[in-house]
Amino acid sequence: METLDTNNWLLTALVFAPLAGALLMALIPEKEEDAQKQWAIFTSLVTLGLGVGLLFTFDYDQAGKLQNFVDMDWIEVIGAGYTMGVDGMSLPLIALTVLVMPLVFIYSWNHIPSPGNPKAFLMLMLILETGMIGTFVAQDLILFFVFFEVVLLPMFFMIAVWGGEDRRYASLKFFLYTLFGSALMLLSFLALFFLTTDPATGEHTFNMLVLSESAGDGIVRSTQLIIFGGMFVGFGVKVPMFPFHTWLPDAHTQAPTQGSVILAAVLLKLGTYGFIRIAIPMLPEAAEAWAPWIGLLAVIGIIYGALGCLAQTDMKRLIAFSSVAHMGFVMLGISTLTDFGINAAIFGLVAHGLITGMLFFVAGSVKDRYHTLDIGRLGGMLVQAPKLGWILGFTAMASLGLPGLAGFWGEFPAILSAYNPAAGLPEETFRGYMVVAAVGTVLAAGYLLWLLQRTAMGEPSEEFANDPEITDVSTIEWIAWTPFLVLIVVLGIAPGIIFEVTDPAVVESLKGCLETGCEAARTAAEAAGG
Amino acid sequence: MNSLLATALPFVTEGPSEVSSVTNDASWFLENAWIIPLLPAVSFLLILFFGKRMPKKGAEFGIAAVGIAFVLAVLTGFSWLDHRDNFDGPLAESPSVTADDGHHDDDADHSDDVDHSDEADHSDEEALGVAVIDQDGTSSSDTVVLTVEAEGEGGGEHAYVAVQKSTQWLQSGGIEFNAGILVDGLSVMMLFVVTLISLLVHIYSTDYVSGDRRYTHYFAFLSLFTASMLFFVLSDNILQMIVGWELVGVCSFALIGHWWEEKPNSDAALKAFLTNRVGDVGLLVGMITLFFAAGGGQTFDTLAINNAINQGTVGHTALVVAAAALMAAVMSKSGQFILHTWLPDAMAGPTPVSALIHAATMVVAGIYMVARLYPVFFEGMQIGGSSINLLSTVGAITLVFAGLLAFVQTDIKKVLAYSTVSQLGYMAMALGVGAWTAAVFHLFTHAFFKANLFLGSGSVAHAVHSFDMKKSMGGMKKFMPRTYITFIIGSIALAGLPPLAGFWSKDEILVGTGGWGLFGGTGGNGAYTFHLLMGMVGAALTAAYMTRCIYLTFHGEYRGNDAHDDDHAHADDDDAHAHHGDPHESGPRILWPLYILSGFSILVGFLNLPKGLTGVPDSWQLRFEHFIEPAGASYFPAIAHGAPSWSLAIVSTAIALAGIGGAYWYYFVKVDGLAKQTGQHLTELPNGFVTTNKLARTGHKVLVEKYYLDHLYTGVIAGFTKGPLARATYWVNQNIIDGFINTTGETAVKVGRGVYDKIDQGVIEGVVNGSGKVSDATGEELRHINTGKVQNYAAILFAGAAVLAGAFIIALAL
Repeated sequence: METLDTNNWLLTALVFAPLAGALLMALIPEKEEDAQKQWAIFTSLVTLGLGVGLLFTFDYDQAGKLQNFVDMDWIEVIGAGYTMGVDGMSLPLIALTVLVMPLVFIYSWNHIPSPGNPKAFLMLMLILETGMIGTFVAQDLILFFVFFEVVLLPMFFMIAVWGGEDRRYASLKFFLYTLFGSALMLLSFLALFFLTTDPATGEHTFNMLVLSESAGDGIVRSTQLIIFGGMFVGFGVKVPMFPFHTWLPDAHTQAPTQGSVILAAVLLKLGTYGFIRIAIPMLPEAAEAWAPWIGLLAVIGIIYGALGCLAQTDMKRLIAFSSVAHMGFVMLGISTLTDFGINAAIFGLVAHGLITGMLFFVAGSVKDRYHTLDIGRLGGMLVQAPKLGWILGFTAMASLGLPGLAGFWGEFPAILSAYNPAAGLPEETFRGYMVVAAVGTVLAAGYLLWLLQRTAMGEPSEEFANDPEITDVSTIEWIAWTPFLVLIVVLGIAPGIIFEVTDPAVVESLKGCLETGCEAARTAAEAAGG
Repeated sequence: MNSLLATALPFVTEGPSEVSSVTNDASWFLENAWIIPLLPAVSFLLILFFGKRMPKKGAEFGIAAVGIAFVLAVLTGFSWLDHRDNFDGPLAESPSVTADDGHHDDDADHSDDVDHSDEADHSDEEALGVAVIDQDGTSSSDTVVLTVEAEGEGGGEHAYVAVQKSTQWLQSGGIEFNAGILVDGLSVMMLFVVTLISLLVHIYSTDYVSGDRRYTHYFAFLSLFTASMLFFVLSDNILQMIVGWELVGVCSFALIGHWWEEKPNSDAALKAFLTNRVGDVGLLVGMITLFFAAGGGQTFDTLAINNAINQGTVGHTALVVAAAALMAAVMSKSGQFILHTWLPDAMAGPTPVSALIHAATMVVAGIYMVARLYPVFFEGMQIGGSSINLLSTVGAITLVFAGLLAFVQTDIKKVLAYSTVSQLGYMAMALGVGAWTAAVFHLFTHAFFKANLFLGSGSVAHAVHSFDMKKSMGGMKKFMPRTYITFIIGSIALAGLPPLAGFWSKDEILVGTGGWGLFGGTGGNGAYTFHLLMGMVGAALTAAYMTRCIYLTFHGEYRGNDAHDDDHAHADDDDAHAHHGDPHESGPRILWPLYILSGFSILVGFLNLPKGLTGVPDSWQLRFEHFIEPAGASYFPAIAHGAPSWSLAIVSTAIALAGIGGAYWYYFVKVDGLAKQTGQHLTELPNGFVTTNKLARTGHKVLVEKYYLDHLYTGVIAGFTKGPLARATYWVNQNIIDGFINTTGETAVKVGRGVYDKIDQGVIEGVVNGSGKVSDATGEELRHINTGKVQNYAAILFAGAAVLAGAFIIALAL
């Protein structure tokens, strides 16, 4: 496949700027907390600047091709390369990451969770940023894997050290669970490596371009299915998909606000990104075989996550569970193996990042003010902190997929794509999924509006009625939140901003499916359908 | 969307008809109608950001924007009248389902368009005299294409040409999706109704909610609602319709819950939203089905979808599925039985909101959607040549069952709410029997007289600070004579007595059922005798419950001083001038909207005088039908029109009079007489029918319990989902799925401990200490971890392993 090699330093700078910032932060004395915070904000703003540069130099007419492409030898012994590139599929996710991080750092200005030590906290988040951006630009499986794992440790420590009461259990579960998935994923990568040869060099390769191009060519079907299965578990844990989701509510609930926001906004995207960047293009035939099962788990996740939400008494845990349901919509879109569905999935990722990230911010601020997230004890927020209450209402509306706001464009097209999945997939089954997913939107409205009613509406309870700590949105919060709120509206009104970027890349990524694996099935379907 | 195309739907292969009924080159007002929704949208933003700082707290933005929008809507209306009769400009390419014609490039197409218009003119002439009516109800393209209605129907020489302007909105799967406006008689009519009633409601509200806790919010949402509703009615594609549909829903939610401090209000808001969400499942499924089955997976364009169906290229099964699914949406949004239960509860919102949203505009969105996508229903429900279908029957049941419920209400707004449900049933039934124009005309007339009645009830409630007719009203006639007169006018219009508005539209619906050979009528699309009878029963019920309502509110003795204070919390307005003693007439900002709406309630019926009415010039007959109904347009099915008859009109009027007579006898004669005799404040006969007859008592109980539907929904369905089902799911999550994970983890730890005990401890400890140093920054906490349970060692072990793995890879690289 063609690649564009201009500005090939940009991605390296983008990926490692936060890491460099983290290392330099080590030089700032422990006591100077303001300086540390300023440095973190500065570093993330520099990264944002580089990201904006990327957005401006990106050639949108060729969004289907990898741009800013860099391909250098890295670990020659195992044929791993330092290969990076950006196309329309990864660009929105990178943009999301570089935008969210400075806002999280700004929010941290006066929201360093107990037990303090902002220096370590901020350093971990900067390392995290490198890992996340790296995952989205890596075009080599080993490089991808390294970045994928780099994300793990900082998040583990963020939960284990700065988390809530049950942090040890939650952090351990998060860590072991995802590591378990990663192990299987790594095995799958290795299998791909040994079973594929680069036609140009005749050697085994980790190069993702080459692997996508060969699209499982020469690997027997049963082996493809097993390899895909390994990736399915690895990515599925990270997504997370039902039934691998149970680490998520614990991690989300126990993580400090910043951790929850980053988890929701970016980390949950890594697994889904893996599916559309690696699993499906590299093993299209296996993807086709697995798709109905992925779709099934997706719709189970939609209903199950929503029901889980309804059972919650803790606001943060409820929001955490809603991610399971939202990721169900994303995975449903992916499982259709259509460009329409995968476009919807990427949109859904960005929308979920903004909306659920915003919800976690609100939850964090509620916790700061009320010192509890027990839904039964809250109430009347619209009276005491009206702006906070309205933001919660607005974001809840976005989260339940209200048209005109961002959430809709992840949800509706995903449901739509299930009506007509890729040729070769069972149409009736997917139409059944479509109806189930549509029913899920009712439950989503249910749990979000009940949350809103119980926390924001009504009169404040006696417990908090005269609490002076319950104040409205602060300036720092406005600065950190406004971009989220604005983007939720802008993307809702003009969804084309993202669709037009992702579309060519998605078409490109499904090429393997259309040209090789699915071809026979499609021809057969055409013959049968006339 | 290559992979979607891959399943090449067979009918897409046929190209669409060359001739269309749409132009994108019309007069300025028609082409720029998008400004109308934009104005209140801008006003919403202005109120949001500056409202509180303005002298009138934001109301001025709303009134100005809606006022200008109204003027524009009127001008657009006049442009449409001219356009309908005189347009001979170029036609656009028919919106097609092929990929390369997703959007209209105006300039490039102009030269072609001229040719088309020539062709169109020719076909006009050729088509003259061709019978449009297709009696067996199957549409066929050759009768649909640009025929004009044959002689008669004065001024019908011109073909019906809608105006469409669109621009690209988004692109996905290689397909471009447009956003745009579709201006034809139907949408122009809605523009007029929405802007007029919204304007009147704005003015009324400045008095009615003055001093409210959230005055500015209130006006912000009124603006947002108006913008959303106008956006909805102007949509030229079904995707945009979904957006508008949901946005009006969320405004309705916010305004029903305007006084969210009280739980019943927020409950009502949630109920409205969630019930509508249930219907939205149908909306999503139905629209998606249409997108693929009729839009070829290529376009959401309303006209393209309708055209495809009219050309007979869409499979019948898909249409049945789409129509049935969309029915669910109609049932929730337009309050059809059995999803109507949210609408009476929605009366928890401020009364002007009830008038605007829950009577005149939003609740007719479902009716509008059916009218807009009529080919879907006409074909999918097989309306032509039949005598029963889902749409007509749901409508017929709704109109009678809701009418019955209106009898047992003590809250004046709930009487009107059930009345609205019942009238929406009329509209749905009319659409179901093929009487398209009658349904739309009833939508039109109903908007005025029902808004009139709601605002009238608000005027009374404003005076007595309650909506309870039995406890707080009675004898209001002498305190509020002006409100009384407007309320009487609205009631007569609603009851369908000639010559007020409701009579004409209701009569047309009854005519349209076609099931009335009994009365010497002809025509109609089928023989819907059952529906005719239900319509008659509904007429009697309507007349009777409005008579009851008028008696309880305006006649008899004033009961407001009996038990006034306990109801005060329910009072709709916030202002502090709670008064005792006699209520008084409302001020001009409340009365003038009532006068205007009363005027409309009297007059608008004359807009569609039946064909052949003695003593009326031809040019005054069927004006509404001529300008609104897209007869002969490519996107409208070939429907038949029933011929009116005097006998039917006389019988239906007699039935309405009988309803009034019965209720008059009971309330004005018996109850009033007994009350005067005993000197008590009576609202029912103490030993009336429902107390003495067992069957009637049971029936009364069923009505009071609203057919037990609320118990079913709130108690059984929602209760089960929120309660046992959610808890069971969560139990499975915590104990089965998570239990498995935890057990696995613990087992691994046990195995690990065995290994740890037996194999060299030093190595492990080394790793632990090593990784401890790495993260020394976290000092205190980490020590906790180190001294924790054995599980924590496992975590550190893995962390250490990962660090080592990373180091290993980097080492390999060097």
